[in-house]
Amino acid sequence: MLPAGLSFDQAPPIAVPFRFFLTAPLFLLAAAILLVAYGPEMLLSRHMPATLAATHLLTLGFTSMVMCGAMMQMLPVVAGAPVPAPRLVAWTVHLSLATGAAGVAASFLWGRPVLMHLGGGLAALGFGVFLAAAAWSLAHVRSRSPSVPAMGFSIASLAVTAALGLTLGIARQGGLDIPYVQFSLLHPMWGLYGWTALLVMGVAYQVVPMFQLTPNYPKAITTWLAGGLFLLLILRSAAEFTLLPPAVPGVALAAGAGVFAIATLRLQGRRKRKISDATLLFWRVGMGLLLAACLLWLAAALLPAEAAERARLLLGIAALPGFILAVINGMLYKIVPFLAWFHLQSRYVGKTAIPNMKQLQPDRPARGQMALYLAALALLAGAVFWPPLARLSGLLWLASALWLERNLLRALILYRRTVALATAKKSD
Amino acid sequence: MSTISEFLTGEHHHCDDLFAAAEDDAAQKNWGKADDDFRRFRHSTETHFEVEENILFPAFENATGMTMGPTQVMRMEHGQMRDVFAQMADAIAKQDADEYLGLSETLLMLMQQHNLKEEQILYRMADQVLGNASDALIGDMKAMAEGA
Ligand code: HEM
Repeated sequence: MLPAGLSFDQAPPIAVPFRFFLTAPLFLLAAAILLVAYGPEMLLSRHMPATLAATHLLTLGFTSMVMCGAMMQMLPVVAGAPVPAPRLVAWTVHLSLATGAAGVAASFLWGRPVLMHLGGGLAALGFGVFLAAAAWSLAHVRSRSPSVPAMGFSIASLAVTAALGLTLGIARQGGLDIPYVQFSLLHPMWGLYGWTALLVMGVAYQVVPMFQLTPNYPKAITTWLAGGLFLLLILRSAAEFTLLPPAVPGVALAAGAGVFAIATLRLQGRRKRKISDATLLFWRVGMGLLLAACLLWLAAALLPAEAAERARLLLGIAALPGFILAVINGMLYKIVPFLAWFHLQSRYVGKTAIPNMKQLQPDRPARGQMALYLAALALLAGAVFWPPLARLSGLLWLASALWLERNLLRALILYRRTVALATAKKSD
Repeated sequence: MSTISEFLTGEHHHCDDLFAAAEDDAAQKNWGKADDDFRRFRHSTETHFEVEENILFPAFENATGMTMGPTQVMRMEHGQMRDVFAQMADAIAKQDADEYLGLSETLLMLMQQHNLKEEQILYRMADQVLGNASDALIGDMKAMAEGA
């Protein structure tokens, strides 16, 4: 059975993915500014307005933004199925996520219901378009890549996350009667674990062996883990409304993430490629933080109430600004220079010298930014115990976000310069 | 009997080993060894390309009638990689480690996403459409690879 017109035609125009990757750090910057402005009060509880605002600047504006952009780029290669109408989809998803993130964050800060409805609606629109496009692509999969099932579970979780977020947002303004407490516990779980961590797994199955020439993940992991975890997320959700004890799926979820982190660290330890780079280091740090998050998850379940709240705050830090940000930040340093190189090579080879990936994205500034990121994260964790550190941590986050943007812009500037050279020569 | 997928995926892994060795030599500025290892890597990889271009792709195109489809893109990517090989050889001749490592990073990304598409899509399709002819084809490919 051969699909007619199987096209390996990849790589939509470069502006399509780049707008996601280059605007995302600006949301990181905005979250950092909140931390500088509000300081210690943001660490009093996860439900402080500024904390919720910063959380959504990170999740909607940074992580979901990069993940949507990267997935539209990866689906053609990994699944052999391009995303339909890439320009239109990218344009809509990008604009809705950017404005949605700003609206939701502003509504948390200033408590304006209309902003929540508008921002939540825009974000949901962006996710809806992305989901439709990604689902279409996954339904036309021609590849048995181990990434595909995990990606499917990830985007299904995104649908759950967005639905819960939207209803929470509306209910918060008093417009809807829902089991608020349960929903407010399940929404972050589906967002961080389902949508984000499952996508990281799917991507890892493909790129960890690729970038560092490691053995493949064990078949048992690639076949069962993502689906099993998705099922556990459902069971954990059901436990909120039934007699099912939440600790059982809860502990299994923590263990499953731990298995993934350890498997990844072990594979990286067995890599054939000896040299290391910022991406590899970011991933190893990220996996360490994921392990820390698993332990904190267990701690939060076992400790007495007051200590448990602190463990939950640390869990949030280890998971979001920790594990997730580290992995995505590391990925950006591979995706952006590769896309720039690939577009230059496909269009302008022979017309001018094409800069290589390390010229587009040198390792030194990337490692420098990583050091700053680690310092910012350490201070943030420290601020849970000694709140005056919060503002200083915010300043380091701010510098780290700016440096990340600067590093990514370097690739874009060199890209533009090369295109200018190539086209100038042509018209000679 | 092995399948087309198994045989050609095995060749990819062999090329990966040689790639990693040459890159490590260049990072250590061990230029004599880098030159040897790079030559072995380049030779094995180019032979693999030729085996595909001269045996597998034509058979696939005959069986499916698709001459402008996936095989065309794979040929184009082989061309891109050959360009990078030439630049890498220059970098070794100039003993320029930064240049070599920048190029090897670039090549790795290009090569791995290319291999992915071959292993997960093209080879599987080839195993399906070529069916009974596979054994003879693998024999031909082996003979060509060994003769090179
Ligand atoms: C349609 C877009 C979204 C809307 C309208 C929305 C809305 C909300 C609301 C109203 C809350 C507050 C719950 C409470 O009172 O505790 C919340 C919390 C949260 N949301 Fe979202 N959300 C959205 C998307 C997302 C996404 C995509 C993610 C993750 C990838 C996410 C992660 C979180 C997290 C981590 C919390 C924090 C919970 C806590 O601090 O305990 N949200 N969201």
